[in-house]
Amino acid sequence: MPVNLTINGKAVQARAGQSVLEAARASGVHIPTLCHHADLSPVGACRLCVVEVEKMRGLVAACTLPVSEGMVVQTHTPKVIDERKFILEMLLTDHPNDCMTCQADGGCELQDAVYEYQVKWSEHKGKRHSYPIDGDPNPFIFTNFNKCILCTRCVRACAEIQGRNVWGVANRGFNDKIVAGADVTMLEAGCESCGACAAYCPTGALLDKPSRGKGREYQMKKVTTTCTYCGVGCQFDLNVRNGQVIKVTSNRNAAVNGMALCVKGRYGHEFIHHKDRLTKPLIKKDGTFVEATWDEALNLIAEKLGGCKGDQFAFLASAKATNEENYIFQKFTRTVMRTNSVDHCARL
Amino acid sequence: MTNNIADIDNCKTMLIIGSNTTEQHPVIGTRIRRAVRNGAKLIVADPRAIDVANMATLYIRQRPGTDIALLNGLAQIILQEGLEDKEFIAQRTEGFDAWLKVVETYTPARVSEITGIAVDDLFTAARLYAGNKPSAIFYAMGITQHTTGHNNVLAIANLALLTGNLGKPGAGVNPLRGQNNVQGSCDVGALPNYFTGYQRVIDDAAREKFQKAWGVELSPKVGLTVGEMIKGANAGQVRAMWIVGENVAMSDPDSHHVVAAMNKLDFLVVQELFMTETAELADVVLPAASFAEKDGTFTNTERRIQRVRKAIEPIGDCRVDWEIVCDVARRMVSSSKFQVSGSEPETMEPETWNYDSAEEIMNEIASLTPQYGGVTYARIDAKGLQWPIPNKEHPGTPILHTQQFTRGKGMFSAVEHQEPAESPDAAFPFTLTTGRILQHYHTGAMTRRVAGLEQLAPEERVELNPDDAAQMNVGDGEWLRVSSRRGEVQARAWVTDRVGRGVVFMTFHYAEALTNALTNTAVDPIAKIPELKVCAVKVEKLERETQESMFVMVGGK
Repeated sequence: MPVNLTINGKAVQARAGQSVLEAARASGVHIPTLCHHADLSPVGACRLCVVEVEKMRGLVAACTLPVSEGMVVQTHTPKVIDERKFILEMLLTDHPNDCMTCQADGGCELQDAVYEYQVKWSEHKGKRHSYPIDGDPNPFIFTNFNKCILCTRCVRACAEIQGRNVWGVANRGFNDKIVAGADVTMLEAGCESCGACAAYCPTGALLDKPSRGKGREYQMKKVTTTCTYCGVGCQFDLNVRNGQVIKVTSNRNAAVNGMALCVKGRYGHEFIHHKDRLTKPLIKKDGTFVEATWDEALNLIAEKLGGCKGDQFAFLASAKATNEENYIFQKFTRTVMRTNSVDHCARL
Repeated sequence: MTNNIADIDNCKTMLIIGSNTTEQHPVIGTRIRRAVRNGAKLIVADPRAIDVANMATLYIRQRPGTDIALLNGLAQIILQEGLEDKEFIAQRTEGFDAWLKVVETYTPARVSEITGIAVDDLFTAARLYAGNKPSAIFYAMGITQHTTGHNNVLAIANLALLTGNLGKPGAGVNPLRGQNNVQGSCDVGALPNYFTGYQRVIDDAAREKFQKAWGVELSPKVGLTVGEMIKGANAGQVRAMWIVGENVAMSDPDSHHVVAAMNKLDFLVVQELFMTETAELADVVLPAASFAEKDGTFTNTERRIQRVRKAIEPIGDCRVDWEIVCDVARRMVSSSKFQVSGSEPETMEPETWNYDSAEEIMNEIASLTPQYGGVTYARIDAKGLQWPIPNKEHPGTPILHTQQFTRGKGMFSAVEHQEPAESPDAAFPFTLTTGRILQHYHTGAMTRRVAGLEQLAPEERVELNPDDAAQMNVGDGEWLRVSSRRGEVQARAWVTDRVGRGVVFMTFHYAEALTNALTNTAVDPIAKIPELKVCAVKVEKLERETQESMFVMVGGK
C-alpha cells in the first residue's frame, strides 16, 4: 500500500515502512545526514536530518520517522536550518580545525555539511577531547577519535555488515567514546581488519592507515574492478594517483559485496608495486638468470617448444588469470602444441 | 554454487561442511553471519572448531575423512524421522531405492563410532537440516581434497535431493570456489578433458566444432591433470612445461617430488609476478602483469562473470598473459624455423593470434560456449551476469535446476565410507589437515609482500590440541618438528582447542615451513584431487630458542 504525504508542499508517494528521509530523498529533496547510512539501521543520533511535521511537536529526526498517510513535512524552514546550524556548531566545538591536513578532506561528510550550512569553526573555551592519535596497533586502520562525532556508523558497520561486534560505545555524556571490546585493542576485540568501520566513517576518525598521506579523495582516479584473491568475486575501486595504486575503496554498487570487503581485498594490494616484481624477461644461463629482451625470450620459447609438440608438452594455466587469458592458454595448447594437457590449480 | 550469494538471506538453515567460510570466503562468511543474526540456524561440521563455529546453532566435529559416513548418517535419520520430501523424490529424482539399501546401514550408532560425533548431535543436525527448510549446504576443499572427494560431493547431493533442497530460493548445494577465477578457468576450458563450456574433448561432435572454429585438427586424447603432469615429468614423458601464475613447488602435495619433476624437465617456462619457488626452477621466466594492469573478466563462485579493468600500465616491461602467449603462437605458426622436421605443416594463420583486446577474445568465447552465449562486455559492465546465459536477451541464471537437472532427473548415488589413503599409526600417530588463514593467500607470493598482513600473521603456527600439548609438554609458541613419510617441517605450536585430539592443522602459506613437504599425493580416482586434508604425521617437541612473536589469528586466544 503506497502512503501519500506532502513534502515541502509537493505530493509524494512512499512505500509503507519507509522513513521520511528515504521518501524525501526518493523525491529529490536533499536532507543532510551524518549518522545515517542507507546500508545501516537508523539510530537518529546526530539529529542533523530534523524536519518540521504538521501536528507533531518540535523538530523530528527524519531518518527514524516512518511515513504516514496525510503527513505534511517541511524540510528547510528557518527553524530547521537554525537547528542544523546549531548541531554543526556544537560538533565543531569539539572537533579539531584540521581540514587543511586531514586525510578525509574532500571525502568528509561533516565537512560537506558544515560547508553547506556555512558554519564557522570558532575557538572554543570549554572542554575538548584529547585522545591519542593512531592509538591502536592495527596495521590497517588508523584511529583519531578526536575527530569522532559519535555517529556510531562504525559500531553498526561492524555489527551489521561484518557481523563482528568489535566496536561499542562506552560511558555517558561528554565521556562517551567509541571503544573496541572492553576498551582494548581492535585485534584483541576480535577485529578481522576488514576496514568496514573506516569505510563507513563519515569523518577522519577512522581511516585506512597504509594510504594516509598519499593523496586525497579528489586526487584519485577510481577504476572499478574485481578482486584477485578468493572466489567470492568482490568488486571495488582501485584508487590511482600518478600511475600508482594507492588504495582500495568500497564501491556500493558492487553486485556481490556492496561495501563489504575482507582484509586481503581492501588492504592486500601492496604487492602490485612491490620492489620484488619481475620486470624483465629472464633466461637461465649456466644456472643463473640473465636479463633478456622479449624477442630473445620468446624466440627461445618458440624454438624449444617447437621441438616438444604433442603429449610431451604440458601447460599449467592459472585460476588467477582472466577468462580471456585461460581461453588463449588452452587454445594455444590444443592447436599449436597439439595436446590436451592443459590444467590449472582447480584441485588445490 | 547452485544458488546465488545474495540468496543466503533466504536460508532458514545453513550447513557448512568442510569450509572455513569466514576466513576463506570472508564476504560470504559475513553474509552467513548476517543470516544467523536475522534468525537462520547454522550447523557447522568440521574437524576444526573454526571461527564461524562460535556462532553455530550446532557444531559437530567429525574425524577427518569421515564425511560420507556423517552425510549418509544424517540421511538415515531423516528417513527414520519421516522428514524426507516425498513429492520431490517422486517427481525430480531417480535411483532412490538402490541408494536406500546402502544408506539404511548407516545407523546413528555406527556413524557415531566412525565419525566421533555424539548420536544426539546427529539427530539435532538431521532435524534442523530437514525440518527447518529451506536449507543450503556450503562446502569447499574440506570436502573435495580427499581420496573420496568425488563421493563426498555425491553424498552432499543425496542429502539435498532427499529433502528437496534444490532448485529453490534459500536451498542449494553450494561449493565455494577457492581462487578468484577458478570457476572461469574451468568454464573456458583450461582442463585436460574439456573444451570451453564443459564440451568433451573425446566427443567427436565437440571436437568437430572446435576444429572448424580454430582451423586445425585436434587431439581426441584426454590430456594430463596437474598431478599427472608432475608424475609425467618425473617419468620423463613430459619434457617441457609452461606454467602461468602457479607456484606448484609450494602448493602441490609432496614438494620434494614436485621440485624433482621440475628439475627433470628439458625446458620450463614460468610466467609470474615474482620470483617464486617454482620460477627459480625455470629456464625462462617471463614478467607478467597483475590484475590491476589488465582488462578481462573473472567468473566467481556463483557463476557471475564480472569485469576486470586496467587501472595502471604494466610495471616495467611486464606484459599481459594473453598477449605473451599469442606472441609465441604467432612466432611458432609463422616461421618454419620453429617447425620440427617431419611434423605436419601448420595450418593456422599467424593472424589467428592477432587479438586487439580482451573483449575480442570474450566474443570468441561467447561464440563457442553455450553457457557464455549471451555475454558481451556491454551487458556485464555494471553488475555482471550469472551463467548459463544462452543468448543476448537472456538475463542470466541466479538459481540452477529450478525445473530440471542438467541430466534430467536428480540421481541418488550410493556411496560408502572409505578410510583415507593414509591413517595414523604407531610411527605417525597424528592426522595432519591443511588449509589457509584469513590474512594470507595460497603460497603467499602476493600477501607475504604486504607489510600489514605479514605483521598480522608472520609465521606458520601448528594448531595443536591442549591435551596433546600437555602430554608432550609443549607450551603455546614453542617449536615443533612435524614429520611424515615424505618430509619434515619445523614450526611453532598454537595450543588451541580448535583442533581435536590427535589432529594438527597447518597452512601452506610459508616457504620457511613448507607444509606440502609432508602431504600425500594420493588422489581421488575420478576428480584426481590430492588428499591434502588427511595424512599421517609425527609431532615432536623441538628444543629451539623461542622468541616472542606477534601473532594474531582470527578466533585466537
